[in-house]
Amino acid sequence: MSADHGVGEISLRRARWGHGETAFWLIAVAAIFVFSDRYLILTEMAWLGLFALSLDLILGYAGIVSLGHAAFFGVGAYCAGLLAVHGLVKEPVLALVVAGGAAMVLGFATSFLVIRGSELSQLMVTLGIALLLRELANKFSDITGGFDGLQGIVIDPILGLFAFDIFGKVGFIYCLVVLFVLFLLARLIVHSPFGLSLRAIRNNPLRAAAIGIPVNRRLIAIYTLSAFYAGIAGALFTQTTALASLDVFSFERSADLLLVLVIGGAGYLYGGLIGAVVFRVLQDVFSSWTPQFWQFWIGLVLVLIVLIGRERMYRGVLWLPRLVMRRMAFPGRSAS
Amino acid sequence: MFIRRNTLLQTAAAGLLLGASAFAVQAQDTVKIGLIVPMTGGQASTGKQIDNAVKLYMQQHGDTVAGKKIEVILKDDAAVPDNTKRLAQELIVNDKVNIIAGFGVTPAAFAAAPLATQAKVPEVVMAAGTSVITEKSPYIVRTSFTLGQSSTIIGDWAVKNGIKKVATLTSDYAPGHDALKFFKDHFTAGGGQIVEEVKVPLANPDFAPFLQRMKDAKPDAMFVFVPAGQGGNFMKQYAERGLDKSGIKVIGPGDVMDDDLLNGMGDSALGAVTAHIYSAAHPSQVNKDFVAAYKKAYNQRPGFMAVGGYDGIHLIYAALQKTGGKADGDSLIAAMKGMAWESPRGPISIDPETRDIVQNVYIRKVEKVDGELYNVEFETFKDVKDPGKTKK
Repeated sequence: MSADHGVGEISLRRARWGHGETAFWLIAVAAIFVFSDRYLILTEMAWLGLFALSLDLILGYAGIVSLGHAAFFGVGAYCAGLLAVHGLVKEPVLALVVAGGAAMVLGFATSFLVIRGSELSQLMVTLGIALLLRELANKFSDITGGFDGLQGIVIDPILGLFAFDIFGKVGFIYCLVVLFVLFLLARLIVHSPFGLSLRAIRNNPLRAAAIGIPVNRRLIAIYTLSAFYAGIAGALFTQTTALASLDVFSFERSADLLLVLVIGGAGYLYGGLIGAVVFRVLQDVFSSWTPQFWQFWIGLVLVLIVLIGRERMYRGVLWLPRLVMRRMAFPGRSAS
Repeated sequence: MFIRRNTLLQTAAAGLLLGASAFAVQAQDTVKIGLIVPMTGGQASTGKQIDNAVKLYMQQHGDTVAGKKIEVILKDDAAVPDNTKRLAQELIVNDKVNIIAGFGVTPAAFAAAPLATQAKVPEVVMAAGTSVITEKSPYIVRTSFTLGQSSTIIGDWAVKNGIKKVATLTSDYAPGHDALKFFKDHFTAGGGQIVEEVKVPLANPDFAPFLQRMKDAKPDAMFVFVPAGQGGNFMKQYAERGLDKSGIKVIGPGDVMDDDLLNGMGDSALGAVTAHIYSAAHPSQVNKDFVAAYKKAYNQRPGFMAVGGYDGIHLIYAALQKTGGKADGDSLIAAMKGMAWESPRGPISIDPETRDIVQNVYIRKVEKVDGELYNVEFETFKDVKDPGKTKK
């Protein structure tokens, strides 16, 4: 690496918007027209993708592991539900921001507990927080509806214009737009000096502190931001399904989220999104094929993914698009 | 001339219309039922029993009713309500199902209710037992039971049979609250006294600490409600703590003594008195045939969940027969209201006003019959309606 290829320049180049990314989002938009009978599962992919993105922010960029990310998802979900039930904030987009804010407050408050320990204690603390919240929601059943879930959620039209329909088209487009906006924001953040400092902390917190990065403050900031993202994902879930029940806090939800990120890969933002798509497709295919034993097949695929290795799989999947791109970029070479 | 040509045209048009409608009829020759039950997770046994019972019924009665072919699409929601909702929505919108059925837990039945109303699709609840479910949509019909039905009866029975002090142990969720409330109302109104009241968490409960409290309270009997599937674990810990020798008997709605698990509970279960809607030992020919067929097909005893599924699919068949194959939601619901038939559990009917089930509730005692444990019925309360609604 020569002198003129400094860190700044490399990171700038990495931050440039690539063809692959354009293609990814074009495909996402195309899904609106192509899969018009599968909006519901597409919607699930969108909010799950956002949820996984929020975990990626702390896991992939700051190295904080969490087994209780559903805590923030649940707070967002219940917050959006309660706002709608009691008519406090009728407009979905505004309610989304409020719900995200509520999760953010919780994220900020719990971040002090989480960043204290090593990875193992982080797992325990995050798991504990999610379980606590679940039990609280169960206990205060006059507010949350307890095990039966919150009843009577009716979501108003988005911006007063677009009402949610039974086919889920509006819901999907809404989720996709929110996902895209928040993705752009996340992309901006991780490529900023702040994002670079996070990666420095992940790689070596001691050295990062030695060069003057305020480690704890940075971790608190990203953890809070991640909570905000998860809260939004939860709110999207409630708004598109008109449901909020105890399982939004469930351990399975947090564990599934880690699986999603394992499938997609952490630390490049798209991992969560790709993972969400793959995970849901697998789930859908297997569970309609064999409603009784589909979990076995999902488990098998996960083991295979780990054994084969993601890198090798991506090379396989991306072989053709890369080839096409290369030919298009250098048409002369194909003749030789 | 002109007139004749006109008639010709009319005939042609009529012919075309006829052809078109014939084609339409052909396209609607199948009636699709979306069966959404938990096949994985903690409630899986419920889903499996219902699925088994539905398959058994269709084997016995064929898959055609009133000229329509019945097609069941099985989906697993793992008892998670957002899954239920998505699956119900996809079944209605994409698969164009005429009926949705199943619903292992109350939140799942709730989640699908607005869809049933919106799409005018009947929702046949085969398992979930909270009282208010049928009020959530005019298209909901229930073929399982409500906890009020069994809990009020056991409350009355306990008072009449000299039980004065009762400690209660119920699962901490809506059906558990229902069971406790209805039992308490009837038991205390009759002069009984509740000496201890504990609620145990629904997921993976460890009953031991609660059982110790029960023992210390020294009641005449303990009222127990745990959902189907947890009864075996409960009775095991009951015996381990020595409560079977302390003279504290188990009473309650029959969920804890589910036929599914009863035989594995061992002798500590002997003598437990429960009120419930179904026992595999119900002494009717219909039930004997049902139990024999079920045992032959699946090599196990059917529980009350299986009967809920069996009656649910029967209700759909009977309604289709009555409408002559018309499968739109309003006709089906109209046909289902007031329907009465002989089920393996005894005579049952659908209340035309509440669309909830009306059935006999039996008081049973666990006894050994031919070396196996059974709930033997010894008292019958006829045509019990859901007390959650008759009160209003």
